[in-house]
Amino acid sequence: MSLLRAESVTKVFGRKAAEADRKLKAGADAAEIRRLGVTPAVVDASFEVERGEIFVVMGLSGSGKSTLIRMLNGLLDVTSGRVLIDGQDIAALPRKALRAVRQEKVSMVFQHFALFPHRTVLANAAYGLEVRGVSKEERESKAREFLGLVGLEGWEDKLPGQLSGGMKQRVGLARALASGTDIILMDEAFSALDPLIRREVQDLLLDLQGRLGKTIVFITHDLNEAMRLGDRIAVMREGRIVQIGTAEEILTDPANDYVAQFVADVDRTRVLTAASVMEKPLVTVPANTGPRTALRTLRENQAAAAFVLERDRRLVGTVSAKVIADAVADGERPLAELVTQDVPPVPPETPVADLFARAAESDLPVPVTDKRGTLLGVIPRVTLLAALGAINTHVDEVIEATDPSPEAPVLVKEGSDVDD
Amino acid sequence: MTLTTEALDDTLPRVPWGEWFETGVTWLTEHGGFVFDGVTTAVEGVVDGLVDVLMLPPPLVLTAILALLALFLRGWKLAVFTLLGFGLIESIELWSDAMDSLALVLVAALVSVLLAIPIGIAAARNDTVSRIVRPVLDLMQTMPAFVYLIPAIFFFSVGVVPGVVATVIFSLPPGVRLTELGIRGVDREMVEAGEAFGATPRGILTGIQVPLAMPSIMAGVNQLIMLSLSMVVIAGMVGAGGLGGVVLDGINRVNIAKGFEGGTAVVVLAIFLDRITSALGDRSAVARATAKV
Repeated sequence: MSLLRAESVTKVFGRKAAEADRKLKAGADAAEIRRLGVTPAVVDASFEVERGEIFVVMGLSGSGKSTLIRMLNGLLDVTSGRVLIDGQDIAALPRKALRAVRQEKVSMVFQHFALFPHRTVLANAAYGLEVRGVSKEERESKAREFLGLVGLEGWEDKLPGQLSGGMKQRVGLARALASGTDIILMDEAFSALDPLIRREVQDLLLDLQGRLGKTIVFITHDLNEAMRLGDRIAVMREGRIVQIGTAEEILTDPANDYVAQFVADVDRTRVLTAASVMEKPLVTVPANTGPRTALRTLRENQAAAAFVLERDRRLVGTVSAKVIADAVADGERPLAELVTQDVPPVPPETPVADLFARAAESDLPVPVTDKRGTLLGVIPRVTLLAALGAINTHVDEVIEATDPSPEAPVLVKEGSDVDD
Repeated sequence: MTLTTEALDDTLPRVPWGEWFETGVTWLTEHGGFVFDGVTTAVEGVVDGLVDVLMLPPPLVLTAILALLALFLRGWKLAVFTLLGFGLIESIELWSDAMDSLALVLVAALVSVLLAIPIGIAAARNDTVSRIVRPVLDLMQTMPAFVYLIPAIFFFSVGVVPGVVATVIFSLPPGVRLTELGIRGVDREMVEAGEAFGATPRGILTGIQVPLAMPSIMAGVNQLIMLSLSMVVIAGMVGAGGLGGVVLDGINRVNIAKGFEGGTAVVVLAIFLDRITSALGDRSAVARATAKV
């Protein structure tokens, strides 16, 4: 079961909220709702967040994302719908039980840090545990531990005012982590930081997440941040969630025009991975083939080189036609001796941006292998360039087209495999 | 023309507005006498006790003590001022009057603070309370002091007590307003942080809102004390004595010298109390935390 779940959560601000909610459910248009003098901030939002996942909610300001996150811990009441934490509907909880949920299950990191200026860094980090009634000794040792984890050892006795923005948010993060909740809500947590610092704390978050495996709901208006952090991303527009998917899904298969426009500016080479652009290798030869056979295969395919594979498709290396031809002229030698490791393989999750240098170094395609060394696919230089080209044409399309093509600009082409 | 105007004037009957108020006052005096007597006894007791304490050490010793306090809280400049100012009061033979006024002002300010801060907090947390409190405060601040001095004499007879009551009424509003303003001005995210970690409303109030509003609350306390001092002369009119009595005496006898001396003593007290209370405000945790940045 998912740890956190929102079921058609709706929030309407205004006196006639309940009436507006009924009309929204009946399918009233925006103009009719506005006439009631209410503001629908979040409309019919449903999603699940799995344990250990970073779930990013992305949208421009006014899209309702801050309202949404505040309903997840009951800072705002829902107008209708349910928010389930560990299967418990928090909207139905009495105040005291809701406070217990906040103490034990959900903590929060704020956009402007919300550190208490009159408390030391240590006392700030220990706040969640203090509210819970944990003894001073225990909560301070916990707070120290997490301050160390976010890289603030030695700053415990300083006041927040003496810290830089990036350090303040590290304290905010330590405060949320020290409280020991499974779920952490992060409301535009890094938006107030300048770009270099932001990247630094993003890395920190990813690093900590790798170690602690928290369940994080992260709100942002920055698409690059969303793509970098999110295991899954929900795109919000005017209070509605318009698409939920992984970074690649949203990039390659935007649900509508709005999402497509939104993602048009993204640096795709950072989001697309080797796995999403790789192709089937055109020419491979088994390692136990004789040189003559190998040479014939190469010539038939008019290829200058080929990847050599074991029987279980593990990559041995590459051989070039010229080397085989020379070897055949000199006399019979096993193919294994002619194999070189000139082109080191890359793992499938490598960002495309990191492949350009590799591709420039060698004429051969860049091989993609998994942990066992099995060849998953290859990325020829042409494919990389085509990927860039396709990106550009895709962007042009999005800007001009009124009806965006539902087809994803998937770059994997069907290739023929000699072996199969 | 005149005829028509008169005719019109007659159409609007006179509302017995003042009479209603008088009836109310009379009713209160008749039925609430025991309450007022209790208040009178309590306030008189506290003020007299405080005067006794202030008069206990010889004037120059108390001057030295106050100067040390000034040195500790504020610095050597205020300490020097305290020595000179209080020395002057003693030298112009107004010491006992000054202590009477100081005691009255301190008691009135204390009562005022004890009322103002809870009312201010209630107004900050509840819009309805705020809407009711605001016009009442306006009334208290703008209604000429003499107007409520008269019923105060009815309730408490002449002496220190109506002086204290009038002073409290006049000095309460800035304390309430600045407390409300301070608490409402606390960053929304700070309060949310308290809520998000599961703190109780009381915990948020005492642990976050009041400490963060403290600079503003202390500014209110400071203003409240200054307004109390400005009421010293008016308190003198209802027989509270002290420096107010001295100044009034100077006015009545057209004695320029005496009036000026009494006035100067009030100013010395005012400057001393103002600097001391604002120094206390600067020492609050939040003020210190933000000053270091």
